This record gives sequence, structure tokens and C-alpha cells, in this order.
Amino acid sequence: MADTKDQLVALLNEQFDAIVEAWIATQKDEGVRRSDLFSAKETRAQTVRLLTAFRNGVAEAETGEDLDLRADEWAELRETLSDLGRERVERGMTPTEMATFVAALKSPLFHSLRERMAGSPDALIEEVWHITRIVDAFALYTTEVFIAERELVIERQRTEMLELSTPVVQLWDDILALPLIGTMDSVRAQDVMENLLEAIVERKAEIVIIDITGVQTVDTQVAQHLLRTAAAVRLMGAECVISGISPRIAQTMVQLGVDVGEVVTSGSIQNALTYAFRKVGVRIAAEETPKGSRV
Amino acid sequence: MSEIPQDGQPVGRVPLATNRDVARARKAVGAVMDEGRARPIQKTRFVTAVSEITRNAIVHGGGGVLMIYAHALPRAISVACRDEGGGIENVEEAMRDGFSTAGSLGRGLGGAKRLVDAFEIESTPGGGTTVRMMSRT
Repeated sequence: MADTKDQLVALLNEQFDAIVEAWIATQKDEGVRRSDLFSAKETRAQTVRLLTAFRNGVAEAETGEDLDLRADEWAELRETLSDLGRERVERGMTPTEMATFVAALKSPLFHSLRERMAGSPDALIEEVWHITRIVDAFALYTTEVFIAERELVIERQRTEMLELSTPVVQLWDDILALPLIGTMDSVRAQDVMENLLEAIVERKAEIVIIDITGVQTVDTQVAQHLLRTAAAVRLMGAECVISGISPRIAQTMVQLGVDVGEVVTSGSIQNALTYAFRKVGVRIAAEETPKGSRV
Repeated sequence: MSEIPQDGQPVGRVPLATNRDVARARKAVGAVMDEGRARPIQKTRFVTAVSEITRNAIVHGGGGVLMIYAHALPRAISVACRDEGGGIENVEEAMRDGFSTAGSLGRGLGGAKRLVDAFEIESTPGGGTTVRMMSRT
């Protein structure tokens, strides 16, 4: 294997610039040079950086049967890939595009080899196999990095959504509303409760309407979170109304055996608001002037 | 309570490991029922029951897998939720409302049974638990 490795290192050293050019050209041919996402200058800089890291890795590391991209010698390449991967995920490239981008390195390498080793086909085939293994491992690793980056982005968005999704709205003096949307896992329920209790203190609320129109499934866990929140609200001296309970959810809750106890519930937020107005002593009346008589 | 027929075609599989998988399981089952044009109330009931048993598998069973089956005659959907946890010592007691080992409402299993058309539970201490449920669509 030593020969094939020396061949490859020599090739990369002697024809570095030509390979960079050819790699960029292949990316163009394969349609993965996203000129809409990266300028020509950026693409070149990235390609040079990757090929440099690749060459250094090949020179230092074991590239035969024991090829392992997790070895220390490949640290530079891994780091470069992570950086590029992150950037590319942020700009919206797909994993396929990213892997094709890496795989596009094979073509220029093979072309250069054909010229260099035209006289010894056996060695050429061995070298082709050698390169294929490295570049394939390289491409697979790229996909892994890419997916890991995606997961991070998803996790970050999820955290951001958690924060966004529990707005406490002031409907009137002393009346707060909390529209819940989506799924209520324990983390979110905890978030919701904390936000709500703080808002009660801050705005001196007397009545809190928790609207669950946007919650698809109310199972025992969600029910328990709601009832606990209502109990905490009561401990703070305020009252809690749960609104937006659809007929379907109502039937399901009954069959589950959930007992809402003394918590006031209502089908629509309108009914809940009417109840709240009555509790705080506000009356809503229609304007007395008949329609059409206004100047 | 009727029996769950064995002729179901597998139409979905959801691995259960974290709490987020409960939402995935609900979504998968809901999608199958939408495809089978189940009535909305049937869907809400069955999805809620699935929510209960998958959460049990994760919280008490340390994770597992949910299989979803479609049945042709009579048209129905069924699921099998398997975990590799410690099993339930006394199934009868666990089904009773108000029984809980985790400080929760203790209505999950019994409630799930009331929400579906067929319910079977198999558990051996140390050998994990399998819950099968069916709803006509």
C-alpha cells in the first residue's frame, strides 16, 4: 500500500492547482456548485482548504485497509468539513449536494492518474481503488457531519419555539389569556406554568384564561399539567378558566376518567371571557344609538 | 370488547425512546386514520389512547417500538406497543384507575382501554410489556 499512498501524495503535491481547478469544474458539471449560494471566490477558497486538508491527511494517516477518518491525522480535514458543513446547512444545501461535492474530487484525481500511470495498468487500478476508498469514506463522513449539523439546527429552532410559544396576553385589566398550541410535553408545561405565574404577579391578574383550542390531543399527562397549573394559579389567589375544549376532547377526557374538579371550563374563549368580565365586574353593552343614524 | 384480528397489514413503525416520540407516534397513527377516513371522534379517541400507552412504554418500559396495522374486514386500525422494561407486576392493579407508581393521575391504562374497541395487555415481570389496541375506522 505504501506505493499507492506515495503516488497519491506526489500527485496531490505536484498538481495541486490543476486538481483544484478540475474539482471546481466537475462541481459545475454535476450541478452542485451552487452559484446562488456561494460566490466563485468562496467556492475556490473552500475547495483549496478542503484539498489541503485532504492532502495533509493522506500524507500523515493510514490510508490502507485500516483507514479511519476518526484518527488524529484527519483532525484538520474533519474540522474543515464541520466548518463547511455548518455554513452549507445554514445556506440551505442538501446532504446529497454536499456528498456529491466531495465525490466530485474523484474525477480530477483519476484523470491525472491516467496520464501519470498510463504505462502500468495494474498499479493504476490499485491506485484507483485506493482513492475510491478514501474519497467514499470522506463523502460518507460529510453526510454524517451534515446530519449532525441539521440536528443542531432543529434543536435550536425547537428551543426558540418553546420560548415563542407561550405568550401571556393581557385581555383586560385583571384578565390574562394564554393560548396553547401544539403538543404539551413536560418541559413545555413547566415553561407555561412559570411564565403564567410570573405574569400573574406582574400584572396583578385575577382571572387567567388558558385556551387549548390549538392543542390536538389531551391525554392524562396534558390534563394533569393543566390541572396542576390551575391549582398553582389558585394558590396565587387568582382563578383559572380552561377554554377551547371541543366536544371531541370533552368526550375523550370523560372516557379517560379525568376529573377537572373545581376548575371552570368552557367550550369557547368567548364564553370564558364573558365569565371573566362578570367576575371582575365589567359589563359589555351594545351601543344604544341605532345603526345608520350616526352622522 | 372484541378480539384483535391477526390479519393486519403493517403500515407504520415508530421507535419509542424519548418523549418526543410520543408526539411522533400520535402523528403516525393520526395519518393512518386520516387515510382510512376514520371519523374525527374515533381518531381523537384512538390517538389519545396511543399517547397513553406509548408514554407508558417510554416512562416505565425504558423505550420500545410501536407497530401500526391496517385491517380490511372489518375496517380497523390496530397498534402493538412493545417495551423491554421490567414488566408489570400486577396487571389488574395497573389497569385500575388511580393506580400510579409515578405520581401521575393513574388513569392512563384504564383510560386507554375505555377509549378503544379492543385492548389486550401482556406482561411478564422482567420480560417487558406489550399492549395491543384496535379501533374500527
